[in-house]
Amino acid sequence: MPDSEVTFTLNGRPAVAAAGASVAVAALANGVKTFRRSVTGEPRAPLCGMGICYECRLTVDGRSHQKSCQITVLPGMVVQIDA
Amino acid sequence: MGRLSSTSSCKVVVVGAGIVGAAVAEALVEDGHVVTLVDQGPPGAGATAAGMGHVVVMDDSPAQIALTGYSQRLWDARSPGLPAAAERMVCGTLWIAADDEEMVEVRRKAHFYHLQGVAAEVLDAARLYAKEPHLRPGLAGGLLVPGDSVVYPPPIAAAMADVVRQRGGEVLLGKTVTSMSGREVKLADGTAMECDFTVNAAGAQAAALCPGFDIRPRKGHLLITDRYPGYVRHQLVELGYLKAAHETTEASVAFNVQPRPTGQLLIGSSRQYGANAPGVDHQILRRMLDRAIEYMPVLAGLSAIRVWTGFRAATPDKLPLIGPHPDDSRLILAAGHEGLGITTSLGTAALVADCLAGRVPAIPLEPYLPARFLTGVTHAG
Repeated sequence: MPDSEVTFTLNGRPAVAAAGASVAVAALANGVKTFRRSVTGEPRAPLCGMGICYECRLTVDGRSHQKSCQITVLPGMVVQIDA
Repeated sequence: MGRLSSTSSCKVVVVGAGIVGAAVAEALVEDGHVVTLVDQGPPGAGATAAGMGHVVVMDDSPAQIALTGYSQRLWDARSPGLPAAAERMVCGTLWIAADDEEMVEVRRKAHFYHLQGVAAEVLDAARLYAKEPHLRPGLAGGLLVPGDSVVYPPPIAAAMADVVRQRGGEVLLGKTVTSMSGREVKLADGTAMECDFTVNAAGAQAAALCPGFDIRPRKGHLLITDRYPGYVRHQLVELGYLKAAHETTEASVAFNVQPRPTGQLLIGSSRQYGANAPGVDHQILRRMLDRAIEYMPVLAGLSAIRVWTGFRAATPDKLPLIGPHPDDSRLILAAGHEGLGITTSLGTAALVADCLAGRVPAIPLEPYLPARFLTGVTHAG
């Protein structure tokens, strides 16, 4: 695998993303459409891409409600989406 | 208490649309009285919005367990009629004992609850951790009171105000009351409302309308987290809470965490006298959160969404003022509920309604009569 790519775990399966990508971009590039659910069950996905709207939250390395647009994807990172 | 009213239907003005005033107004319209409920803001926007909504039987005095126990039975009976927004959840209270000394208190408390007919279960450390695995290691045990519940109080106060309207009463919002007697309530806009009885349910501002009563604002902070379903299952309170609640001079904090039906956690609690500005006091907030994290270390990693404050209406003996003003028997007080106003709102409303109707109340009214604080005057009721 070239240095320009990282392998991480997305919902329990291996996934690949461009090195330096945010977790949000890595998830989008792997086909994720719904990142989370609102309190009434509506689907949510990244909106602002700059850490303000909180719509891109998901679980990273066991920590829930992480703003995925503000975290760089790293090799071996475990990303879980419960939506 | 003799019958106060000479006719079956009276004109009554209730000042304060917090959960206490709203519950009183609702009980009075249901008794057939003509009721006007007045507040400077929307229903349930003062201390009602700053409480945890913990409906709890408290045992620190016989009069307090009588009123909280009676009120809890009224909450249970009311449960099917609550709006969905009330988010009622019977999660029970888990009183946490940090050491063997506090376990002695747990057993005393359990015995006392049993004598009062309130279910309570002593938990050893193993059973405590089975129920709440995120508590820090090294705790001694706890007491589970399974019948306690939690609610979201503001929509309940709003629903009570709706009942007042539906039964032909009037709800005046955005109106500031400048003075009141048993016969008249005056508003800042110059309106004077004449009536047969008035009720002062103005919470921490009750003493401004009825001078001579020692009802003081006691500031509190609350924090709510993002959604973390399953982190906490019961309302968790450290046993030291009672000590903190009874401290009357220093600012005090206690571990007090509540699960909400959304999975959010509501974290308290702080108590301060003499702090009259509503802003968040970051030093107190820090102390409150340090205490919470001490009992439940995982809380440190959770995201908070909002912090807010409010003012409880505190009395010197920790009991509310319910009943006629000693100098003006047509002015009924229903204030000074401090941190138990959500729980005791329903009991208070029933007692005030009984007072006006001349009914024998379900529990003795004497411990709550305002006359206990104004000495040297004849009880006019």
